[in-house]
Amino acid sequence: MAEMSGADMVVQALVDLGVDTVFGYPGGAVLPIYDALYKHPTIKHILVRHEQAATHAAEGYARSTGKPGVVLVTSGPGATNAVTGITDALMDSIPMVVLTGQVSTALIGTDAFQECDTVGITRHCTKHNYLVMDPERLGPILHEAFHIATHGRPGPVVIDIPKNVQVATGEYIVPEKIQHKSYRPQVEPDADAIAAAIDLIAAAERPIFYTGGGVINAGPDASAALRQLVSLTGAPVTSTLMGLGAFPADDPKWLGMLGMHGTYEANMAMNRADLIIAVGARFDDRVTGRLDAFSPDSKKIHIDIDRSSINKIVPVDLAIVGDAGRALDALIAAWQDKGLKARDYGEWWRRIDGWRATRCLDFPEKKDAGADIMPQRAVKALFDATRGRDPIITTEVGQHQMWAAQHFGFSAPNRWLTSGGLGTMGYGFPAAVGAQIAHPNRLVICVAGEASLQMNIQEMGTVSQYRLPVKIFILNNEWMGMVRQWQELTYESRYSNSYSDSLPDFVKLADAYGWTGLRIDNLGQLEDGIRTMIETPGPVIVDCRVAQLANCFPMIPSGAAHTEMLLQPSDVTGTMDDEAKALV
Amino acid sequence: MKIKTEAGERHVLAVTVDNEAGILAKITGLFSARGYNIESLTVADISADHALSRITIVTNGPPPVIDQIIAQLDRLVPVHSVTDLADGGAHVEREIALVKVAGTGDKRIEALRLADVFRAKVVDTTLSSFIFEITGTSDKVDRFIALMRECGLVEVGRTGVVAIGRGSEAL
Repeated sequence: MAEMSGADMVVQALVDLGVDTVFGYPGGAVLPIYDALYKHPTIKHILVRHEQAATHAAEGYARSTGKPGVVLVTSGPGATNAVTGITDALMDSIPMVVLTGQVSTALIGTDAFQECDTVGITRHCTKHNYLVMDPERLGPILHEAFHIATHGRPGPVVIDIPKNVQVATGEYIVPEKIQHKSYRPQVEPDADAIAAAIDLIAAAERPIFYTGGGVINAGPDASAALRQLVSLTGAPVTSTLMGLGAFPADDPKWLGMLGMHGTYEANMAMNRADLIIAVGARFDDRVTGRLDAFSPDSKKIHIDIDRSSINKIVPVDLAIVGDAGRALDALIAAWQDKGLKARDYGEWWRRIDGWRATRCLDFPEKKDAGADIMPQRAVKALFDATRGRDPIITTEVGQHQMWAAQHFGFSAPNRWLTSGGLGTMGYGFPAAVGAQIAHPNRLVICVAGEASLQMNIQEMGTVSQYRLPVKIFILNNEWMGMVRQWQELTYESRYSNSYSDSLPDFVKLADAYGWTGLRIDNLGQLEDGIRTMIETPGPVIVDCRVAQLANCFPMIPSGAAHTEMLLQPSDVTGTMDDEAKALV
Repeated sequence: MKIKTEAGERHVLAVTVDNEAGILAKITGLFSARGYNIESLTVADISADHALSRITIVTNGPPPVIDQIIAQLDRLVPVHSVTDLADGGAHVEREIALVKVAGTGDKRIEALRLADVFRAKVVDTTLSSFIFEITGTSDKVDRFIALMRECGLVEVGRTGVVAIGRGSEAL
């Protein structure tokens, strides 16, 4: 094969790996790759306005398609700006490959212009990373990097490429088969463990499925398998924030999200269950509440592709290491082989219905046209107005995120893009950009808070440049609402720096970028405003003014158990002991 | 509020890894990031083609933490295998120390006599100093060094523990 430059190899490898979109920002140390991209019109490069946004856009692309997101940034500040998104992808198991430029090999370690130790900085926020010192290693490394990013528990992989390696020539080598020498994640579940799980499920009187982002990562078939297994067993289902959409929210077996801002019925059912079947979920502190009170009387089955997630926080009775979809398929097959039927969980459902009767997601509101809009009402109205349009919803991080999770019903996977593990304000808008690029004809809405949105608001320029019809729906309460809520819970409402002062006029900002901007001030304008947003072609920003002091309930406060939920504002005392204060 | 710590037990882990730049940083970084202890760590290339290194880590923690350490190490991409040598039955542990003792007269004679008891070798000598090489378990090395403190100890270098399972089985 003819020799080619390292930069051409990078682009050729991307083409060979089926990459159609790269999110990036040029700079000195990646100019050779940008020049190579110039000649390859099949790869679409999306020019963001800040490298962090490139990583979140790649996450949005990945989460909405199941394919890895690809990022291209320069050395030094390009790489360091990408670190937040790389860490976000690690925490939420998003497949992503980040190509970073680096100074030439002879300059590495000399504090050269725009030099940073990219592999050192990203060593602990990537699944794996590489520094490529020889152009002939580029082919094998790129192919291996995509394999690692997408196999086993997905995650971000960084490839740092010095500028002289991009310029030097060599042979482009494509590995015949990716068989990594040490990385061989277990995908197929152990048959004995599956049989043992079936026995536990068949014997349970109060079982519950607790599902997470692993089901989404395992692909749409895994969501279908979950639905089938739930229907075969008749057991109720709850899910983490990351798992929303794997099970339809309108199914009677759906208990809603669990955890800190989950539903009362989901948390009570977890607490009282005699069997928890955890599928692709990792017993995060936001889910478990106080650990010594977490589901005290249950046996626990944990299905996870990452062995280190098992017994990390909660000791379990039965571990099944493997892909969530394969494990669910195996459970279905074993259940059917044994000719098992769903048990009558009548008593269990009666208790669940009792918890449901608290109607924990209800909220007080005034109904007249001039009334303040409750943020929960705004989300519900958005949900009602977009039914049948199969929208993709992204969120920023905070109260609006929790209200969206509580009040927007998802019925299919890959429609809900949110930053769960890292909780990155500034994720939602660029993620919406990535999702819209992947799905040009779909309705993509970023539900935002006015504070989070400002963390990556510069991406309005990206949206304008590529004429993306992204909609931003701001629940504007003029506060960093979740910070303020915690200050009310813990610090007797001493509002230290949580007021969103000096906000821009979002409608004028829309105008400045060539978007449509509109403002919704009261309940009477809500439905029309949302309809206008949906029906207006091109990008729209909606400044939806909501009741400023509304808080997000129900809530498990810091250090409390599932059974100690705050259901309404009057449950808040305003103080906490130090043990609780020390918890995030 | 006081921060609580948990008592642990000592484990020796043998970790086989790709012999590549950054792997040691990855492993030690994992320990520091997740708050695990390292009592000692040794690393050397062990294969004829220089492709593999063996890292021996002595750590301590409660059993669930040890399990977590093993699982966290095992999922790193360049890690081939992780073995808890305490799990595999009996194993042999050795450490080498070089111990420099300076002095003359009775202390010098006592140092030499104790070195003989511990089967430490003299690897360098002047009229006013010895360097002893001692090989053994960490415990034995500790005891020897403690005695040498009374005999004019001026400098110590230790390798940290290497360990291997007994019998014909290999990792």
